[in-house]
Amino acid sequence: MTNSSSSIIVECLQVATVVFLAPLFTGWVRLLKCRAQARTSAGLLQPYRDIYKLFFKEVALAENASWIFRFTPYMVFGATVMAGAIIPVISTRAPLSATADIIALVAIFALARFFSALAGMDAGTAFGGMGSSREMMVASLAEPAMLMSVFTISLVNRSTSLSQMTHVIVNSPIMLRPSLAFALLAFALIAIAETGRIPVDNPATHLELTMIHEAMCLEFSGRHLALIEWAKGIKLLLFASLGIALFAPWGMATGGTLQSLVISYVTLTAKLAVIGVAIVLIETRLAKMRIFRVPEFLGAAFLLATLGMLSYFMLE
Amino acid sequence: MSHELAIEINSLLAALILLTSFGLLVQRRVYGLLHIFAWQGVFLSVSTAIVGYSAGLNHLYISAAMTLVIKVFALPYILYVLIHKLRIKKEVEDMVNIPTTMLIGIAVVIFSYHLTAPIRELSTLMTRSTLAVALSTVLLGLLMMITRKKAVTQIIGFLALENGLFFAATSATYGMPLVVELGVALDILIAAFIFGMFFFQIRTSFDSLDLKEMEKLKDLD
Amino acid sequence: MTLIALLSISLVSAVVLAFIGDKRYAAEVNILGGAATFAVSLLLGAEVYISGPFVIANGFFFVDALNVYLAVLTAFVSMTTAIFSRPYMRHEREIGRVGKTAMRFYHAMYQLFIFAMLLALLTNNVGVLWISMELATLSTVLLVSLYRTPSSIEAAWKYFILCGVGIAQALFGTVLLYFAAEKVLGEGSAALQWTNLSRVSGQLEPTVLSLAFIFFMIGYGTKVGLVPLHNWLPDAHAEGPTPISAVLSGLLLNIALYALVRCKALVDGATHGNKAGYIMMAFGMVSLLVSAFSLLRQKDIKRMFSYSSIEHMGIAAFAFGLGGSVATFGALLHMLVHSLTKSAIFFTVGHASQIYATQQMTRIRGLIRANGPVGWGLMLGVAAITGMPPFGVFTSEFLILTATIKDAPIMSPFFLLGLAVAFAALFKKTMPMVFGEAGESARLSAHSIKVSDSPVVIHMLIVLSLGLYLPVFLSDWFHAAVRLLR
Repeated sequence: MTNSSSSIIVECLQVATVVFLAPLFTGWVRLLKCRAQARTSAGLLQPYRDIYKLFFKEVALAENASWIFRFTPYMVFGATVMAGAIIPVISTRAPLSATADIIALVAIFALARFFSALAGMDAGTAFGGMGSSREMMVASLAEPAMLMSVFTISLVNRSTSLSQMTHVIVNSPIMLRPSLAFALLAFALIAIAETGRIPVDNPATHLELTMIHEAMCLEFSGRHLALIEWAKGIKLLLFASLGIALFAPWGMATGGTLQSLVISYVTLTAKLAVIGVAIVLIETRLAKMRIFRVPEFLGAAFLLATLGMLSYFMLE
Repeated sequence: MSHELAIEINSLLAALILLTSFGLLVQRRVYGLLHIFAWQGVFLSVSTAIVGYSAGLNHLYISAAMTLVIKVFALPYILYVLIHKLRIKKEVEDMVNIPTTMLIGIAVVIFSYHLTAPIRELSTLMTRSTLAVALSTVLLGLLMMITRKKAVTQIIGFLALENGLFFAATSATYGMPLVVELGVALDILIAAFIFGMFFFQIRTSFDSLDLKEMEKLKDLD
Repeated sequence: MTLIALLSISLVSAVVLAFIGDKRYAAEVNILGGAATFAVSLLLGAEVYISGPFVIANGFFFVDALNVYLAVLTAFVSMTTAIFSRPYMRHEREIGRVGKTAMRFYHAMYQLFIFAMLLALLTNNVGVLWISMELATLSTVLLVSLYRTPSSIEAAWKYFILCGVGIAQALFGTVLLYFAAEKVLGEGSAALQWTNLSRVSGQLEPTVLSLAFIFFMIGYGTKVGLVPLHNWLPDAHAEGPTPISAVLSGLLLNIALYALVRCKALVDGATHGNKAGYIMMAFGMVSLLVSAFSLLRQKDIKRMFSYSSIEHMGIAAFAFGLGGSVATFGALLHMLVHSLTKSAIFFTVGHASQIYATQQMTRIRGLIRANGPVGWGLMLGVAAITGMPPFGVFTSEFLILTATIKDAPIMSPFFLLGLAVAFAALFKKTMPMVFGEAGESARLSAHSIKVSDSPVVIHMLIVLSLGLYLPVFLSDWFHAAVRLLR
């Protein structure tokens, strides 16, 4: 097997993994959450069943919905899968990863969000518009913080290419770096906001006043809703993997050999399991904060990211 | 403990001290402020001890112990008792809103980094890079005193400022001569008693510890 | 030995007065402590005059021409203030403004304050100087709020916070100085001693010292009360008991300026230029002008004279910044005569405000008829402080003006403007208070009180004679101090 063809196979494997593993991860988080709250869970595979069921349901469209509304689910899903091809999940040698760096990744997520927001307003209902405006508020604060955090990591690893950065981290000795610690904290806060988890947003609620993301997607149905939900699951998985790739990529394959891929899968599963536990711990311990507090929350993320960058210059 | 590891731990502690300074700036609750302040003292004390260990300077252990006793236990305890006794409102109102304060704070850190640049270049000590953090802590304490209008928060800002000075002494010169450090510690203790008495005086004459009441002394009245 | 005795007398008095400060004879004990301190300081002065500067206690204390005259001055003014405070505080006690505990506290803190100032002057260690400056602040903070009125508490709080923050910057400066000195002198206390530092000042790292001076300037400049760091000063000086105002204005400002000047000499030595001097000149000139114009709109008599203190500290700082032997000589003399005149003014002001039971100048009228000596004292004091010949302030200001015209002619119009405005303002406000026609209400409210005239008389006589003739020992010390500062 030639080198390039092996990496193409790895790439395909990775995209498939991301797409088909995502509902499992969502299911894992829900399962843990049910356990933590002493409820009976619907099982680890329930998200698959939900998506499967939704694909066979009829699509109900609002009367004055334009093409944007119909186009959005595919756009969002496509963009998210594209992001899945860029982020090193199982191997640092994904060929597509070289074409887009971490800034492009942020832009891809932004594109998906932009269309979601348009679609939310397109249906012409009050909730959709409210959801869109809230989502954009969160995004406008989260993105600078995200970039700042990412820049800090790029500075430390002297590259903005994700696979290159991950490669550097895997191969360098473990060091106590205050800049990375701050960046990690900031990244965790941003990931919570970006994936719409408690305490910023509650993915399980449909209560009018507190919804952010859900309000925006309220009008979708049938296969459109299936795609949106699926994309949401993938996004959660991707942020978890991005965190892993940037801060704890040890165990990830650097080549295309079968053995290293197996190790990579095992470690990835273990890390995701741990992240799932962490999410559940946060979600059961904290209450959702008032929407007016969200800017402060993200301000703290921005501050942490900036401190990370400053301490890179000052202390390292 | 190797020398490199000591440097790494020390810069991590410096980063944590910086983080606590910002924490003091953004924290809303009085008890939260006390906790953050105590943590700052812990980091400061550990950092001093580590520097003392790796530089082989015994007098830094005394400083570290003094910091631990005064800044981590005594002062937060005194403040806690005062707050409890005077039934101070838990929420702290601020003059400038928190995001703005944070941005100013970041600017302050950059400013201190530039100001201390010549010293960093001249110094050969392992702690030289933390001097910028020390000056930032001083200036952030100052910022906190400016932006907060409660007697308690001003005092906490003042004490955080003292922490920064102490940290500066450690990072620039491995600590001042012992006689100076002891004297400074004594002064801080006296200051603690004075502000304790002040709280009662202010409380009895203004019925609150809010310094907004205290704007009577102007030239034109 | 005399040096240790000098310091211990005030410390012992402080401890003794902490126990007996509320007794009837406490004021006499206080005076006794002050007198003993003064006597020993004279001995110390004689010792230095005969055998020259010396260092004792392993280099911990030192005396040279610069600090010895300030030490004698401090001891003298603290003694006369103690004399003045006896009838003053007794009156306050009688009208019920202060209680028993407050009296004990007042007396003990008064002596502790004197101790802190003498320690600041005589210590050889830059760090200890900082500590004693802070101690001087802390010991007077609660004296400012002695009356427990809302405005006095506000003033004390401002004093505490602003000076605390300010002086913290000076500690940062000390750290930087130690950083630079350690490289030349090695670790330990020796690297913080003035005597060693001035010996090696040429080898100290200039960039670090310039940076350190900025912090010293902010730190000690706050205590000197230089504009724009002066906000606390008028409040603290106006709201406390008048004896405290007298020592704060007359002595503490001097000590802070002393610290600043020592730092400046070091920095100039290291940078081989007059960078620090320019900074001081700027601060001094701004202080002079701002406070002179602020004088115009004062309503409270003690506040007005506090602004006048800022003005004179500005003049002295300006002159020290100017450098050169004439200006420095003038500045040293100015510190001396300002201290004597200003404390004398505060003595009379204290009595005047007791007579009319107010500090509002519009309600003080016809002082000369209510109490002749107090009225004349105030009038002569104001004449002296505004620089009228033949008083000593005229001499020092004239010297400084001459130096300004020679070295920085562009500044001289501003200097003269400041002096003229201050002169006009003080006279405009004082004349009606002293000679004005007392209205019915003012005459009725005038109390007859016991006053002690001797401190005012002594101070004014000294200021007058210093204007006419400068004793040889003083001019010798000043010349030696000028050489030290170059």
